[in-house]
Amino acid sequence: MLSVLRTIWMTLMHTFRKRETVLYPEEKPYLPPRYRGRIVLTRDPDGAERCVACNLCSVACPVDCISVVKAEDESGRWYPETFRINFSRCIYCGYCEEACPTYAIQLTPDFEMGEFDRQNMVYEKSDLTISGVGKRPGYNFYRVAGMAVGGKDKGEAENEAAPIDVKTLLP
Amino acid sequence: MFGFSTDTLLDFAFTAFETIAILLAVVISAALLIWVERRLLGVWQDRYGPNRVGPFGILQVAADMIKIFFKEDWIPPFADKAVFVIAPAIIMFTTLMAFAVVPFTETIGVVDLNIGILFVLAMSSLGVYSVILAGWSSDNKYALLGGMRTAAQMISYEVFMGLSLLGVVLLAGSFDLRTIVESQAGMWNVIPQFPAFVIFFIAGIAEIHRAPFDLPEAEQELTAGYHTEYSGMKFGMFFVGEYLGIVLISCLTTVLFFGGWLGPILPGFVWFALKAGFFICFFVLLRAATVRPRYDQLMAFGWKILLPIALVNVAITGAVVVAMA
Ligand code: SF4
Ligand code: SF4
Repeated sequence: MLSVLRTIWMTLMHTFRKRETVLYPEEKPYLPPRYRGRIVLTRDPDGAERCVACNLCSVACPVDCISVVKAEDESGRWYPETFRINFSRCIYCGYCEEACPTYAIQLTPDFEMGEFDRQNMVYEKSDLTISGVGKRPGYNFYRVAGMAVGGKDKGEAENEAAPIDVKTLLP
Repeated sequence: MFGFSTDTLLDFAFTAFETIAILLAVVISAALLIWVERRLLGVWQDRYGPNRVGPFGILQVAADMIKIFFKEDWIPPFADKAVFVIAPAIIMFTTLMAFAVVPFTETIGVVDLNIGILFVLAMSSLGVYSVILAGWSSDNKYALLGGMRTAAQMISYEVFMGLSLLGVVLLAGSFDLRTIVESQAGMWNVIPQFPAFVIFFIAGIAEIHRAPFDLPEAEQELTAGYHTEYSGMKFGMFFVGEYLGIVLISCLTTVLFFGGWLGPILPGFVWFALKAGFFICFFVLLRAATVRPRYDQLMAFGWKILLPIALVNVAITGAVVVAMA
């Protein structure tokens, strides 16, 4: 019986506590930098697009909302001809970001993307691509990858030794 | 023309006007309680509650009403249609009828029945029908269980409610609520009749099945109890009926134990509204703070604790009244 009275009293005292609610549109909540919101496609430090159209993000996506079409330029570099994310299906799980080998696709702390028309939630490559490097400054996939591509041959990447001829025993 | 004098006609018109005014005031304040309760619960849970629609969110009531009117009013094909439709009306009807005998101020009040308290008790007993018929006609086991719980709970708590009021009746020497208020001019009944007040209030909560005694609609065990199958405005009637019940019990507590409209300086109506408002807030606080007991605990608490206290209270009050006379 006493404990009931005590509960009532304690609840009453909550009248004077600080409110937990953040009155959203007037007062913006703090979003940490790694918050998983609107997805962007970043560029490498040289300003070229990072995405190599490997489709790994598309495969990793649990709701299949990424659609990538591969194309190849004259230097042999792959790039996405179309890159489309249907944000009305995206669950902002971040798996695409984890799967991406080039840090091209990244989630950003922004969720204010409501639309009245569902079709407007489908973002094309031009809507997704930003001009910066996002969360990974200084990373350029082609500079560290062992792949031969436009002007850079095998063994010429950063921290990479010249390839070994596996068919000879000579050192 | 029909043998009425102008005076009788005027009287009649005035009473009709007063009745309608009280009816509107009561129903509107019950509807406003939807907002009051949500705001207060917010306050006690460290949030704000609805504060967007209109000043302080007070138009939330209008928004809720518009929403509920446009909801699909669904009668399940397996339900007993006539009873299903009538059940929510009964609770509104009986609760509103009980307001007829509540004296709001010296002059305002629909009728002064010399059996006022009995009338209130009778009406609240009839309210059981609403819930049990709703549970029965829904043809749904959860609804039926809820209805049965309500019947048992309301009938047993009715007993303690009646017994606790006997002390008040003995002190005032009348069943008329207006006389009871006037008899408290010297001292509010809550002081000599404190146990009766506590029992009445607890029984009142059980009577209108509010938290913590909301076992008939315990959502964790019975989905929504007797109104599981109800939707649209029929559900709204149960909802407003519950709030009407809160207003009624608060008004009755004010009248029976806290001197009704009596109070210094301020006009009677303000005093009445203040006192009743306090109890309404207390109802919400109880909902915010307490946990629901088990069903057997509820019954045991009633019959093993409240009943003896109520009986002893009646006996002692009776002895004192006889000794003083
Ligand atoms: S965040 Fe998840 S759901 Fe959204 S695109 Fe990436 S993988 Fe798909
Ligand atoms: S965003 Fe990353 S994972 Fe997706 S296709 Fe481009 S490079 Fe591959």
